[in-house]
Amino acid sequence: MAWFKRKDKGILTPTAQKMEAPDGLWYKTPKGKFIHTRELKNNAYVSPEDGYHVRIGSKEYFEILFDNNSFKELDENMVSSDPLGFTDSKPYPERIKAGQKKTGLKDAIRTAYGKMNGIDITIGCMDFGFIGGSMGSVVGEKISRAIDHALKHKIPLLIISKSGGARMMEAGFSLMQMAKTSAKLALLSEAKIPYISLLTDPTTGGVTASYAMLGDFNIAEPGALIGFAGPRVIRETIGKDLPKGFQSSEFVLDHGFLDFIVDRRQLKTKLTTMLKMLEN
Amino acid sequence: MLLDFEKPIAELEEKLADMKKIASETDTDVKSAIEALEKKIISLKTDTFKNLTRWQRVQLARHPDRPYTLDYIYHITQDFIELHGDRLVKDDKAMIGGFGKVDGKTIMLIGQQKGRNTKQRQMRNFGMANPEGYRKALRLMKLAEKFGKPIVTLIDTPGAFPGIEAEERGQGEAIARNLKEMFMLKVPVICIIIGEGASGGALGIAIGDKVFMLENTWYSVISPESCSSILWRSWEFKEQAAHALKLTAADMKSFGIIDEIIPEPLGGAHTNVPAMANELKKVILKTIRELEKMNPDKRIEKRMEKFFQMGAEKEK
Repeated sequence: MAWFKRKDKGILTPTAQKMEAPDGLWYKTPKGKFIHTRELKNNAYVSPEDGYHVRIGSKEYFEILFDNNSFKELDENMVSSDPLGFTDSKPYPERIKAGQKKTGLKDAIRTAYGKMNGIDITIGCMDFGFIGGSMGSVVGEKISRAIDHALKHKIPLLIISKSGGARMMEAGFSLMQMAKTSAKLALLSEAKIPYISLLTDPTTGGVTASYAMLGDFNIAEPGALIGFAGPRVIRETIGKDLPKGFQSSEFVLDHGFLDFIVDRRQLKTKLTTMLKMLEN
Repeated sequence: MLLDFEKPIAELEEKLADMKKIASETDTDVKSAIEALEKKIISLKTDTFKNLTRWQRVQLARHPDRPYTLDYIYHITQDFIELHGDRLVKDDKAMIGGFGKVDGKTIMLIGQQKGRNTKQRQMRNFGMANPEGYRKALRLMKLAEKFGKPIVTLIDTPGAFPGIEAEERGQGEAIARNLKEMFMLKVPVICIIIGEGASGGALGIAIGDKVFMLENTWYSVISPESCSSILWRSWEFKEQAAHALKLTAADMKSFGIIDEIIPEPLGGAHTNVPAMANELKKVILKTIRELEKMNPDKRIEKRMEKFFQMGAEKEK
């Protein structure tokens, strides 16, 4: 005699209702480790089991770095125009609108100032979610103005890069943002104000070839892709497979282009210690 | 080699040559016919070159007969001493430079160099410099600054080389450093796009007080082919990409990204290299004279100010 008796035959729950947990409650790392999203947030978006640094944006970085998540944003209403009338499969203004709708951001960077462990700091942080974190006029101009802010108030600058490179849809204008930001950094350097460049996954193209590599301190998160040319382009050019670990943070450190690699969980402490060492 | 739109012109020119030969060998009076044909050729050339599409200009910028950096140096200098090496790794043959005398004036001339035949192209790496090329260029610029000599860069590259060693030796860092350092140079800097101006690889030696483009050159953030492969996911849309990128001298002038366009002989720079070189020389000497009137700090300030203005953002 069975304890229970099945009244209906087969499984009747429709597949759609069979979900055990609501979507987005758990995060799975590329190595297959699971972590609850609340835990992930409390751990600076790093998976505790395998140290995987989840790609995050300006909202999260500001939260991690600014004391009590308190900061004043600069130029928050700056948006891009369409100087070329650029159209590929869809017009550029539509791409911008779609990006804004998807991310709730105006463009691929936010700049702000506030306190980090009591130290005044200006931070620019790129958002990869917005058209691949591409650098166009808005990114270039916002960085320039953030540098102006750092210069005027004599406070250190941190730029967190996360970008596929220059934005094609603004063509020549995007290219010139490399020049513009580098000129501003030359002025900041003359004024002896510290500039820390944090390279995160991924940092490539025109961003690497301008402000991301011009820090007094170039630092990176572990396991980030950092390079000038993208791996696919290099593979196609030389017709060979790329060595393992090529263009990773560890590779770039090993070749002498980074000062150190920092775990995101120690980022705020380490930046603070470093900036304090420079104080008079 | 002839480009498609050069062919009808070449056919007429061939016909003209035949006619002239007949005229010299026989007594037939073909003078009026020759004159008519000459007129026709000029009007066809003028029409063709006035209405070139952006893609056709890209093709002209890459024309196999187009003068390269060393061709211009050969034509405009009386003496030229090439200087080699970045003092760190090696000598990059895709980037050349040295002091030259131009009408008695010493100038530091630097530029990417392409090859004319297969062997040369390989040696010059198709005009694609490695980090050592950019570091060599910067070393030479600092040398010019030390001795108070103006700098002229001639830009002609399909891009900075995307290779394993280039990444190992910091291609991004090398270009970035050049951008920053070129802004601070105390001597006049003139940059001229003489062929292809592809992205960071071009910009890495293109920060100057005055930036010029020859009439049939292109300058943009990416080549039409790569743009097509990324945005259209196929290499087939290069003409559309060239059109969308607005990469010609006229486009870049209208955006205020370059200062002036240097006109080419009718038919393109390759059809009359001495005339083109002479025009280039005139522009260089005139511009240096103007720039040398300014004091160095003011010149640097103006150089920066010009680039600060470049952008297409707006406040909502």
